[in-house]
Amino acid sequence: MRGKATTEKEMRVAIGFTVNGKDVSVSAEPDTPLLWVLREDLALTGTKFGCGVAACGACSVHVDGQLTRSCSVPVSEIAGKAVTTIEGLKGEDGTLHKVQQAWIEAQVPQCGYCQSGQIMAAVALIERTGSPSDAQIDEAMTNICRCGTYPRIRTAILAATGKAAAAVQGEA
Amino acid sequence: MADNPNPNIDELEAAPAPEATPVKKKGIKRRIFLAGSALLVGGGVFGLYWADNSARTRARALTTGEGEHNFLSWMKIAEDDTVTLFSPHIDFGQGSHTALGQMLADELDADWAKLKVEQAPSDVAFSNTALVQKFLGEMTGYPGLISALPAAVMGMLTRSQKIQITGGSSAVRFTGQGGMRVIGAAVRLALIEEAADRLGVPASELTTADSKVTHAPSGRSLRYGELAAGAAERSLERDPVLKSRKDYKLIGKPVTRLDIPAKVDGSAVYGIDFTLPDMRVATIAAAPVRGGKLESVDEAPAMAVPGVEKVVKLDDAVIVVAKGYWQATKGLAALSPKFSDGGNGAMSTPAIFAAQDKLREAGKPDNTAGEGDVPAAFKAAGDKVITADFRVPFLHHAMMEPFALTAHFKDGKLTMWGGLQDPIGARDRAAKAVGMDMEDVIFNPMIMGGGFGRRFPGVTEIIDQAAKLAKEVPYPVKLVWSREEEVRHGAYRPQSSARLSATLDDKGRIAAWQNDYVQSDNAEGEVGFIYNVPATSRRHFAYTSNQIDGPWRSVNSTQHGFYNESFIDELAHAAGEDPYQFRRKHLPDGSRHQKVLDEVAKRSGWGTPLPAGTGRGIAIVESFGTIVAEVIEATVKEDGTPKVLKAWAVVDCGTTVNPLNAEAQIAGGIIMSLSATIGEAITLDQGAVVQSNFGDYPILKLADAPPVIDVHFIESDATMGGIGEPGVPPASAALANALFAATGKRIRTLPLLQQAKA
Repeated sequence: MRGKATTEKEMRVAIGFTVNGKDVSVSAEPDTPLLWVLREDLALTGTKFGCGVAACGACSVHVDGQLTRSCSVPVSEIAGKAVTTIEGLKGEDGTLHKVQQAWIEAQVPQCGYCQSGQIMAAVALIERTGSPSDAQIDEAMTNICRCGTYPRIRTAILAATGKAAAAVQGEA
Repeated sequence: MADNPNPNIDELEAAPAPEATPVKKKGIKRRIFLAGSALLVGGGVFGLYWADNSARTRARALTTGEGEHNFLSWMKIAEDDTVTLFSPHIDFGQGSHTALGQMLADELDADWAKLKVEQAPSDVAFSNTALVQKFLGEMTGYPGLISALPAAVMGMLTRSQKIQITGGSSAVRFTGQGGMRVIGAAVRLALIEEAADRLGVPASELTTADSKVTHAPSGRSLRYGELAAGAAERSLERDPVLKSRKDYKLIGKPVTRLDIPAKVDGSAVYGIDFTLPDMRVATIAAAPVRGGKLESVDEAPAMAVPGVEKVVKLDDAVIVVAKGYWQATKGLAALSPKFSDGGNGAMSTPAIFAAQDKLREAGKPDNTAGEGDVPAAFKAAGDKVITADFRVPFLHHAMMEPFALTAHFKDGKLTMWGGLQDPIGARDRAAKAVGMDMEDVIFNPMIMGGGFGRRFPGVTEIIDQAAKLAKEVPYPVKLVWSREEEVRHGAYRPQSSARLSATLDDKGRIAAWQNDYVQSDNAEGEVGFIYNVPATSRRHFAYTSNQIDGPWRSVNSTQHGFYNESFIDELAHAAGEDPYQFRRKHLPDGSRHQKVLDEVAKRSGWGTPLPAGTGRGIAIVESFGTIVAEVIEATVKEDGTPKVLKAWAVVDCGTTVNPLNAEAQIAGGIIMSLSATIGEAITLDQGAVVQSNFGDYPILKLADAPPVIDVHFIESDATMGGIGEPGVPPASAALANALFAATGKRIRTLPLLQQAKA
C-alpha cells in the first residue's frame, strides 16, 4: 500500500473564504461539500445534514447572499466567497435577527433539526422580496419539516414582515 | 374512596367512567396507580425513591453539587432558588420538558423564571417508573407499542424498572400527572413544614408563591433556597394534596417552550453534532435485503481513499471509518460488498399483499374480538352485505436527523452519546451486543432531531453497530447513517391490509360490522371501536414480513383510523345519509365523542356549499386516551394530485397542560398524516427497499400543507389523554372522504398519489 500521508498531501488544498464575516482557511479535498467543512472543520454545527442530495434544505446557508444547499456545493467553489450560517445571523451585540425573533414568538420549532435551514431560507426570501406574499412563501419555502411546523413557519415569516396570517374560518 | 388524600388526581383519573365512554376496551382500568393510596411516605411509586436510599444517594451524586439539595431524585433546589427538574423523557419537539416543568412548578409554587428542565441521566436511579407502572397495570392498553418493543418490554418485565421510555404519548399524562405534580406538591409541603419550624408558627398560617414561603400575619418570608437544605432532610407526616383546576397558575397556560431559543440560533447540540478530540467518523452499508449477511468485501478500494483509516466488517454490514464523514462516504462508495439475501429474495410489496389475502381467505384468525352475532346478521342480509378492501404501505419515519451515535471503548467501559427514545434500554442493548455488563455501559442522551417511534432501542440496530465498532478501534468514533441507509433500513409502519364488511338495517343503522385485518400485531385494546353497533367482529390475522415492524407515530391507529373512518363513510353514502349525521347517530347521545364531532362540524361549516370539485371529509378516532375529530377540505389539482385546502381538528384530551404546544402537536400530527396519506410508501422488490432518499420518498412540503389548521380543545376533568400522537389517525380518512365528496372516487389503497395517477 502506498504512503497515505503523501496521498493526502496531494489531495488536500488550502481554500480561503469568509464565514460569518471572519476570514477562514481550510485544508480540504476540493470535492468536500461545504456542509462538512462547516460542521467538521469549522465546528459550526448549526447547519444540519439531512439528505446529502439538496432535497431537504436542512443544510441551507447563504453564499454571497444567495440561498445555497451546502451539502451539494464543493468547498472549492466557495474560495473567495462570503458564507453566512445560522450562527452568523445574530447582530454583533448578540441580538437576534428579526426572523429568529419571529420564530420564537410564533413558537415554530418542534424537534428543531430543520429550523436552521428554514430560517436561512426565510431570511433569503425576505431579503429578496421585502414582504413576501403567501404565493411567494409557497414557492420559496421548499425545505422539509417532518414535525409539520409549516403553518407556524408561514405565520413567523408574515409576522417578521409586519403581516398577520389569515385565520381559517371557524374562529368563532 | 373517602380516604383518598388526592381528590384532584382521583377526579382527573376516574372521571370517564360515569359518562360511559363507548370505546370497547375490556378489562382496562384507566385509574392512575397512585390514586387512593398513600403517595410518598407509605409507599407508592415515587415513594420508592423516598424509601430507597441507594437510588436517592445515586441520584444525588449524579446531579447535585455544592449549594444544591436533591428532592426525591427528580428535582433539586439551589440556594439561589433555582429549581431543576430531571426529565426521564427526551424532548424531541413534543414539548414535554416544558409541560413537565409547568406541572412541577405549579404544584411547587415555584418561580417559573428560575425553573430549569434537564435531561435525567440514563441511570436506573432515573427510570421512568410512572410510565412502567402504568404500562404494567394496563398491559392490554397499548399492545401495539408494547409488542413493537420486544427487547425493551422483555427488559421491562424482567428488569422491572430499568427503562426510560419516551413514547406512547405518555410523558405528560403519566409522568406528569403521576410523578411531577406529586413531587411538586410533596416538596412544597416539606418546604412549608421546614418554614413553620424555622419561624415558630403553625404550618396552616403559611402560604407559598414565587419560590417563597410567607407568614402573612408577621410579614416574614423565607426563600425556597434558604429552606432547601433543611427541607431535603425531612420526611413528610402527611400526604400532599394536589391543586384543583381553579388554582392552576401554570398548568393549562400557553407557556413558551424552554428549548426553542437554542433551536433558532444553531446552538442546540443534537446527537449528530457531538464531537470529541481525536474522534473519527464512520458510515455504514447494511445488507440491502433485511436478513441478509455480509459474504465478502475487498477493503482495498476504500483504504485507498484519502482520509479512510479502517474498514470494519460486521455480520450483516460493512463500516468505513475515516477522519470525516465525506471521506467515509467516499470510502464506502468505493466498496463492492457482497451480501446474501437471507432467503428473503422473493419478498416484494405485491407478494406481501398476496400472502395477506391468502391468509385472510384461509379464515383462521389469530385473535378475535367483538360482540353480537355477525355471521347471522350477514346471512340474513344476503347480498346486501357491503364489503371493501383496504391496503396501506410500509411507512418510513423520516426523522430529519439521520441516526448518529458516538461510542468510545476505553478501560473496559463503553461510553455512548446520541438521541434514543429509551436511554437505559439503549445501554442494555449495547451491553448485550458486545457481551458486556450493563453497568459498564454509559449512555449520554442528546437532543433528537425527530423520532416518531424510530428511536426505540428495540428497533434500533445502530446501537449494536456502534458498540461493535467501538470495540474495534482505539479512538472515539461517531457512526452516522446516510439518508439512503436511513430510508432503506427503517423500522417501518407495517404494510397491512383489511377487509371490512357491514350490513345496514331497514332504518339505515349499521346492523353488523366486521373487520378482518392482516398485520403483525393484534390491534385490539389499542384501537377501540367507538360506534354503537349491535354485532361487531374484529379478527386479526397475524402476518410478518422480513422487515422490522416499528411503532410509527400513533402506531396501529394509523391504518385502523383509515379503515374504520373510510368504511363508515361508505356506509353513510350507502344509507343515503350525511357522513357527519350518520356517525353522530351511532355515537351515544351526549357522549364526549358526539360533542367532539358536533364541534368540528360547527367550526368547519359542515354542510355549507362548496365550489364544484371541492369536498369536505370528516373522521373521528380515539387513540392514546384522546378523542380527535377532523374535517379536511380538499380538491384535485389539474395533474390529478390531491390538494388539501383547509383542516380543522377538535380534541378532547381532558386537560391540556400547554395549549400552545398541544395545538402544535395536533397540527403537526395532521400534516405528518396527510404527507403519508398523499405520497409516502416504502415498497420492496426482490427483498430490498426500492426507495432511497426524499426524491422517491416524498415528504409533504409547506406549499402542499394547509396554510392554517384550526385546532380547538374541549377542556374537561376527564382522564388526561396523550397529545403527541392522536392528531395523526383521523386525517387519512378525512382526506380520502373529502376526495370522494369532491370527485366521487373512493380511494381504499394508500398512498393517494399512486391511486390518483393510476
